[in-house]
Amino acid sequence: MAVRLIKMVPIHKGLEPTEIAEKIKENFPDDVVEVTNFRNIVSVIVKKGRILGICKYLHDEPTLCLDHLQDLCGVDYHGKKEPRFEVVYNLYSIKYRHRIRLRAQVPADDPSIKTVTSIWAGANWHERECFDMFGIIFKEHPDLRRILLPEDWEGHPLRKDYPLKGPELEKDWPGFVEVLNRSKELEEFEWKG
Amino acid sequence: MEQVERIFETRELNVNMGPQHPATHGVLRLVLDIDGETVVKVTPYVGYLHRGIEKLGESLTYFQALPLTDRMDYIASMANNIGYCVAVEKLFDIEPPERAKFIRTIVGEMARISSHLLWLATHALDIGAMTVFLYCFREREWILELFEKICGARLTVTYPRIGGVRNDISQEFLDSLYKFTEEFPSRILEYETLIDQNRIWLKRTIGIGVISAEEAINWGLTGPTLRGSGVPYDIRKHMPYDAYDKVDFEVPVGTEGDTYERYRCRMLELRQSNNIIRQCIEKLPPGPIMADAPKFTLPPKDYILKDMEHLIHQFVLITKGPAAPEGEIYVATEVPKGELGFYFVSDGSGKPYRMRVRSPSFIHAGALPRLCVGHLVADVIANIGTIDLVLGECDR
Amino acid sequence: MLIDTSATGLITVEEGTKILPPNIIITTIDKVVNWGRLSSIWPTTFGLACCAIEMMAVGASHYDFDRFGIIFRGSPRQSDCIIVAGTVTKKMSPVIRRVYDQIPEPRYVVAMGSCACTGGVFRTYSTVQGCDTFLPVDVYVPGCPPRPETLLEGMMKLQEKMRKEQMRWSPWR
Repeated sequence: MAVRLIKMVPIHKGLEPTEIAEKIKENFPDDVVEVTNFRNIVSVIVKKGRILGICKYLHDEPTLCLDHLQDLCGVDYHGKKEPRFEVVYNLYSIKYRHRIRLRAQVPADDPSIKTVTSIWAGANWHERECFDMFGIIFKEHPDLRRILLPEDWEGHPLRKDYPLKGPELEKDWPGFVEVLNRSKELEEFEWKG
Repeated sequence: MEQVERIFETRELNVNMGPQHPATHGVLRLVLDIDGETVVKVTPYVGYLHRGIEKLGESLTYFQALPLTDRMDYIASMANNIGYCVAVEKLFDIEPPERAKFIRTIVGEMARISSHLLWLATHALDIGAMTVFLYCFREREWILELFEKICGARLTVTYPRIGGVRNDISQEFLDSLYKFTEEFPSRILEYETLIDQNRIWLKRTIGIGVISAEEAINWGLTGPTLRGSGVPYDIRKHMPYDAYDKVDFEVPVGTEGDTYERYRCRMLELRQSNNIIRQCIEKLPPGPIMADAPKFTLPPKDYILKDMEHLIHQFVLITKGPAAPEGEIYVATEVPKGELGFYFVSDGSGKPYRMRVRSPSFIHAGALPRLCVGHLVADVIANIGTIDLVLGECDR
Repeated sequence: MLIDTSATGLITVEEGTKILPPNIIITTIDKVVNWGRLSSIWPTTFGLACCAIEMMAVGASHYDFDRFGIIFRGSPRQSDCIIVAGTVTKKMSPVIRRVYDQIPEPRYVVAMGSCACTGGVFRTYSTVQGCDTFLPVDVYVPGCPPRPETLLEGMMKLQEKMRKEQMRWSPWR
């Protein structure tokens, strides 16, 4: 029953973001496409081929130790640039308090990338949501199915060519159309007086 | 003897704890595979409250998307607003004035107290202690009345704005808040007297949902759920925002990683939040409450009705949106449930190109299968309570 | 004079006199039955989103629901009202309809909050624009979220509606 109060000091004992980007460039020179820096947070754009190797290196290397996967999400750049999708990994190290962002490029004609659930178990639901919203397939994922929308929904909502208000009533989710029809049938038995 | 054994055949039972259930906090559906009374596998089904906030945020300007963040974690809506405002301010590179930072810290901590009170009320109600529910709601009504004094709304306030806060607070509000902080520690003592040393509470929470520190980090847990396992990760200390680097507070961290430790962490956090509010009231500096950045913040309301330039300024900002620079940003803040992160991709127009909300409840619900395996069916309810699940945030 | 007993509403018997068919004794039964029903409405707990928190606050001790005779029951088979509090999504709509179908008659529906009335702020692909697309709603309580006093007034309007009902206890409708 030992819950203790500790005084934490906001000091930064880790590497600078640009140094981490340099380390990734040294070890994986062919995969790095670009390194961008915005508001002092560095973003490394990589090709999707050896993403598992890069993530494993960042997780296991003793001086980096990026053990906390803050966020895993997808972005759709339809019409703005090629390749169309990007999977963004925001990584943080609780021990050293440094962070980096990885952006893996995923083309539209082959929207698949390897899963990182073998490194971070928490990526499981993140990747399911990315598949649900964008249609990006994660290879070797233990249980890839829709999570936020019903399992037989058609379409991937967060793509830029999906309408905000959703499909028309005729092409809507069949479960909802069935509820509407059944309520019309049962309406004659309702109390009206 | 052999004949008796052949008659009794057992098999696993598949039970549905449906979306409509008094003890799941909202619309969570669990399918349990149980062997007798022991849980073998849990499959959570979420998405019954998916409203499409991320897609909606892409078609609204930065100002218009702010009220959407209230409705995600509807229990501590001030904290969500602060998270959004801090992220957008980092994107625009503007800084709110000192008074606004202290006011945002005060309301953020009030939201933390109110969220932990509701957590305790529903957690205790599910486990069986009904009196705690009524006591906690009594305090929560006090805090909601204070929120109403500042900005007029009880639950879905939109008080923190981009660049500061909406309006200034009066001395009368500060006096009544100070009176609250003087009386609150005695109320916390009341709740602890009811359940802390109670044999039933101890039996139902010690040893339930145990998770070690490395596994907890691997599963992505944050907030008090992670600190109960012994990992000192608090964003208010790691990456301070607002006035958290100017106040003095400690962070409770546990060792065992079970439900009882997480409960103790949250109770100690209540006391620490009380302390922070007192310090902020004493240190509150005078000054403006909105940043002086005309490209990104709206002018004060009383000038709009008198001056033509301010009216045009307001019109342009509301219709076209602020002139955001191109780039991307991820900022995390510490909400009562854990780590709330906002990832924005901006393409230079007044609307975000991609608004991503990293909500703690989504990740914690994903870790439910790991926490519940091997325990009894009644412990599933205790586990749902200890990870502090809010479905509005989980499904967005 | 033969009175048409199947007519609803007032009918003229003589010049200047109107009675409510069939006769006065039935009216008193109407009054007693309606009074019994409105003094003890038992809703099913159906809190979906933010409005559920305000509903819980009404059930707590500051704005007490119990003094109106309103107790929240867990099972739809034991209740006579459903308060839809919160956003209704398409994934959740078959569940709500199934719960509503299980409530025994006489049953009432209260749509609490803007999202349940008309879809609210969320005009998206997965939100149903108001629960009255598939449920017959009796009382709409607007607000985002409505104050506890607003919900109390909504329940009182439901009680007014119940007070005016005629012959809802009889098999001849």
